[in-house]
Amino acid sequence: MRKEITCIGCPMGCRMTAEVEDGKILSVEGYSCNVGKKYAQEELTVPKRMVTSLVHVRGSSRPLPVRTSAPIEKSKIFDCLREIRACEITPPVKIGDVIISRVCGTQADIVATREVF
Amino acid sequence: MVMLDVLIIGGGVVGCTTARMLAGYQLKTALLEKASDICEGQSKANTAIVHGGYDAKPGTMKAKYNVMGNGMFQKMCSELDVPLKWNTSLVVAFSEDGIPKLEELKHQGERNGVPNLSVIGREELRKREPNISPAACAALLVETGGIVCPYELTVANAENAAENGVRFYRNAPVTGIQKGEDCWIVQSGAGTFSAKAVVNCAGLYSDEINNMVSEDKIRILPRRGEYYILDKKYADVFHASVFQLPTKMGKGILVTPTVDGTILIGPTAEDLDVRDDTRTTSEGLAKAIRFGSLTWEHIPMRDVITTFSGIRAHCDRDDFVLGEAPDAPMFFNAAGVESPGLTSSPAIGRYLAELIAEKLHAKGNPNYNPIRKGIPKFREMTNEERARAIASNPDYAKVVCRCETVTEAEIREAIRRPVGARTVDGIKRRTRAGMGRCQAGFCTPRTVEILSEELHISPLEVTKFGGNSKLLSGNLFEKGDGAE
Amino acid sequence: MRTVDILIVGGGPAGLAAAVSAYESGCRSILILEREEALGGILKQCIHNGFGLHTFHEELTGPEYAQKYIDKVVEYQIPYQCCTMVLDITEERVVTAVSNVNGLQQFQAKSVILAMGCRERPRGALAIPGWRCSGIYTAGTAQKFVNLEGIMPGKKVMILGSGDIGLIMARRMTFMGAKVLACVELLPYSSGLKRNIVQCLDDYGIPLLLNHTVVDISGRERLEGVTVAEVDPETKQPIPGTETYYECDTLLLSVGLIPENELSKLAGVKISSATGGAEVDENLETSVPGIFSCGNVLHVHDLVDFVSQEAEKAGKKAFQFVQGQLAENGARIPVTGGFGVAGAVPQVLHAGSGGSPVTLMFRPKGVYRNAKISVSAEGTELYSRKYRILTPGEMVSLELGPDLLSRAAGAKELTVKVEA
Repeated sequence: MRKEITCIGCPMGCRMTAEVEDGKILSVEGYSCNVGKKYAQEELTVPKRMVTSLVHVRGSSRPLPVRTSAPIEKSKIFDCLREIRACEITPPVKIGDVIISRVCGTQADIVATREVF
Repeated sequence: MVMLDVLIIGGGVVGCTTARMLAGYQLKTALLEKASDICEGQSKANTAIVHGGYDAKPGTMKAKYNVMGNGMFQKMCSELDVPLKWNTSLVVAFSEDGIPKLEELKHQGERNGVPNLSVIGREELRKREPNISPAACAALLVETGGIVCPYELTVANAENAAENGVRFYRNAPVTGIQKGEDCWIVQSGAGTFSAKAVVNCAGLYSDEINNMVSEDKIRILPRRGEYYILDKKYADVFHASVFQLPTKMGKGILVTPTVDGTILIGPTAEDLDVRDDTRTTSEGLAKAIRFGSLTWEHIPMRDVITTFSGIRAHCDRDDFVLGEAPDAPMFFNAAGVESPGLTSSPAIGRYLAELIAEKLHAKGNPNYNPIRKGIPKFREMTNEERARAIASNPDYAKVVCRCETVTEAEIREAIRRPVGARTVDGIKRRTRAGMGRCQAGFCTPRTVEILSEELHISPLEVTKFGGNSKLLSGNLFEKGDGAE
Repeated sequence: MRTVDILIVGGGPAGLAAAVSAYESGCRSILILEREEALGGILKQCIHNGFGLHTFHEELTGPEYAQKYIDKVVEYQIPYQCCTMVLDITEERVVTAVSNVNGLQQFQAKSVILAMGCRERPRGALAIPGWRCSGIYTAGTAQKFVNLEGIMPGKKVMILGSGDIGLIMARRMTFMGAKVLACVELLPYSSGLKRNIVQCLDDYGIPLLLNHTVVDISGRERLEGVTVAEVDPETKQPIPGTETYYECDTLLLSVGLIPENELSKLAGVKISSATGGAEVDENLETSVPGIFSCGNVLHVHDLVDFVSQEAEKAGKKAFQFVQGQLAENGARIPVTGGFGVAGAVPQVLHAGSGGSPVTLMFRPKGVYRNAKISVSAEGTELYSRKYRILTPGEMVSLELGPDLLSRAAGAKELTVKVEA
C-alpha cells in the first residue's frame, strides 16, 4: 500500500511516499536527510503523539491542564481524550501529579501541568 | 396596560434627547426601543460631527434645526458631562474651479444663519492642516463645526431622562398603534401602553410607525455609509473635520478626528433595498479609501482598527418630517431624521417637548435636574485623582481594557446605571472597553464574566448586542457538582 | 517614590527570564510588574506541548515551561506584583502603575526592561466585509476561553490565517468536540511550523486552503457562515467565481501578532516600522538609555526558547547598565535588512562591542530554497551561510563573532540580506 507523509523535521516539510505492507515498510522515498527517514519509519509503523487536554476541577469553573507523560499511539487519541474528560480531580494538585495512570491501557500516564491549590 | 402621558418610540439620539426634554415637564413619559439597547441604530454609526449648518438647503427643516441644534450643544454637553470639541470643519476644494463653489456654500451657510464662515486659501489651509494632500487648494472654514461621541451623548440623554422619571423599555418593538379614547394604544414587545401623545423617533423605521396611524404616508429610503476607524496614534494628523467639496463624482469622503482620538474616514453612500443591511462591502470599503486618499494621501492601512457601516434614514421628502401628523392628532413625528440629525437632535427634542407640553397643558417639572455626571474615566484622571478613585473603589485599580485603559469599576457602573448596559456592545459604547486597537481581544473574557456576575446570568447567556448574538456555546464540563 | 535597580514590565516568559538572569548576574533589587492575576503570560493558556526543547531538552507544555522560571523567581525571592498595570514610563524611568492591592504606585528605576509581549491582529484590522456578528474571535481569545475558563466559543469552526496559534486552536477545538472545517491562508505558504501543520491539521483531516481568504461574513446576530475565495497569488485579490460558502458559527483569526509598544512610546522609545518593536543595539538597549526590550514586545519570535534566551541577555545587560559597566564602545553602525529580510534585530551595533558575539535575528520575507544569507559592510561580504530553506515562520538567528565585528569596525552600515 502506498502512503504519503510530510516530514516535520524542519521547514522543508519533505513529502515522502512509502510502500507499506502488513505493517512492514518496503521502501521510503522523498526524504532529504536522515531525520526524514527516521521520522517516516516511526510514523509508518506506530505513529505516536503527545496529548494535552483539560480536566474538571471540583468546586471550580477553571479546568486543570494535563498531558500524557509520553507519546501515545495516534489511534488512541480520542479514547484518551474521552477518559480525561470523564475524570475529575479535587485540589490540591502539583505539576507532575498523576491524574490517570496508564491511560487507555498505554504505558503513559495523564499528569497535571499546572498547580491548583 | 401602562397608562402614560407621552410614549416615545425609538431610543436613538432623537428619542433620548426628546425624552430628556420631556422630563422637564410634569408628564408621565416612557420610551420604547426595539433593540436590546438604546443607541443601536443610526445613532451609533455616523460621522459624529456637530455640523455648522452650511450644507442644508435654506428654508428646510434640516437647515433650521441644524443651526439651532448646533447652538444648543455646548450647554447640553456641559450639563450631561459629554466630551465635545469645537475642532472646526473644513470643506476642501481640490481644484481651482472649486473655489466659486466654496463661495456658494459659504453664501448658503450664511443664509442658514451659520456664523463665522470664511474661504481660506492654500497657505492658510496648509498652516491649519499640514498633513492635507498637496492637491487641496482652498477650503470653506466652518468655525462652528465640532465633534462629539454620539453614543455617549445618546446614553447621557437617556440616563438623565431616566433619573428624572422617564421609563425606558428595551427589546420592545412596536407591533401596533390604535386610536383609543383621548389616547393612543400601542402594542409592543414590552406590553401594551396607552398614551395621550406618541412621538415617532423610530429612525429607519419612522415611516412604518407613521404609516400605522397616518394617511400622510412617508417612505424611508435606506442609505448605507461605510467607514474606517484608525488607531489613536494619528490623533494629531488632522485637527479639523475635513470634508471634500461635492463634485459630480459624489459627496466626497470625510476624514476627521473623533473626540476619542481616533481618525474616522467615510462614509460612502449607497441606496439599499433592505433597511437594516449593516454589512460592510469590499466595494464600499475600497471606495472610502480611494476618495479618502484625496484628503490624506497615504492612509496608513496597517493602522486600521475597525470598519463599520451605518444606515441613514433618508426620507422620500428629502427633509426631516417634524411635528404633529396632519390627520393624527397627538401623534408627533421626528421622522426621516438623517444627517444632520445628531446636530439637530437637541433642537428637535426641545421643539417636540414644548409642543407636546403645550397641548397637554403640562407644567414644568420643579424637580427636574438637568445635570448628569458621566462615569469617571480612569484614563483621563490625574494620578492624584486615580489614587483617590482607587481608595474609594478598588475596582478602579483593575484595568480590564488595556488599549483604552478602562477599569472594572467603570464597567460595573455602566451596567448598574439607569438604562444600564446589558450586552458587550452596550459596555463598549458606555465605557469604550473593547473599542481600542485590539478590538476586545484581551478584555472580552473578563467583560463577559463581569456581565454574568452583575446580571446574574450564565456567561453562555451573555450577548454581543441581544437576540441570538451569544458569545459562547457551552461549558466544557457539565456543572451541578458544587462548581460555581 | 520607591527606587529599584531593575524594573521589569511584564511577567511572561520574557520578563521571567530577564528577572532570573538579572538576579544570577548579581542584581538584588528587581521588581516584576504583571498585569494579570498570575505570572506566566501567554504561556498560562498554551497548554499544548512543544516548549522547551532548546532550553530544557525536554518537551514541556506552556504552564510547565513558565513554572520552571516562576520556581526560580520564588527561589531567589525576586519581588513581583500581579494584577498590576503599568500606566506610564518616562524617559527618566519613572514608572507609574496601578493595582488593587497597592493602589497607585510610582517607582524610580535605574533600568527598565520592557517585556509586555504582543497582541493579535483583530478582524477590524483586516477589513473583512460582512456582518458584525458575534462568534468571531482571535485564536488567542478563544484559547483563553477554552483553556483557562473551560468554555467553548462555538461548535463549527473556520480558521482564518495559519499562524501557529490558529493551528494549535484547530486541534484544540477538535479535541474539545467542535468541528473544524478548514484553515484558510491568504499566502501560498503557512507561517506556522511544519510540525503544527502536520500534527494539528493533517492528523485530523482539516484542510489547509492556501491562497484563499474569507471574503464575506454572514449572520446578523451570531455568525452563520463565511464565504471563502481563492486569491490571485500576485495581487492577493479574490478571484471571482471561486467563492465557496461554509456554514459555521465561529471564525477564529490567526492573522498576525503585533508587539505591544504603547508604553514604550510613552517613554520616548524609538519604534522600528519593520518589527513594530523598539530599535535596540546589541545589548538590547533601546534609544532611551537604561530602557531595554526583549521577547515578543521587541519582535515576534517563533519559539519561546528564543524569547528566554533574548530576555536573559536583557537581564544581564540591564544590570551592567545599573552598575555603570555598559559603556558604549565606538561608533554606531546601523544594521539594515536587505532583500528577503523582515526587520533585523538589533538595528544598531557598536563598532567596539568587544569580545562578545552579537546575535542578529530576523524573519525571512518569503520562502526561499537553497538560499544564502550574507552580512556585508559597504559591499564587502563579512559573513555568509547557506540554507536549504528559509521560511517566514522560522526566525533566522546569526551569531556574529568578535572577528567579524572587528572587521566591521570602520563600516558606516551593515547589511544583511538573502540571496536566493
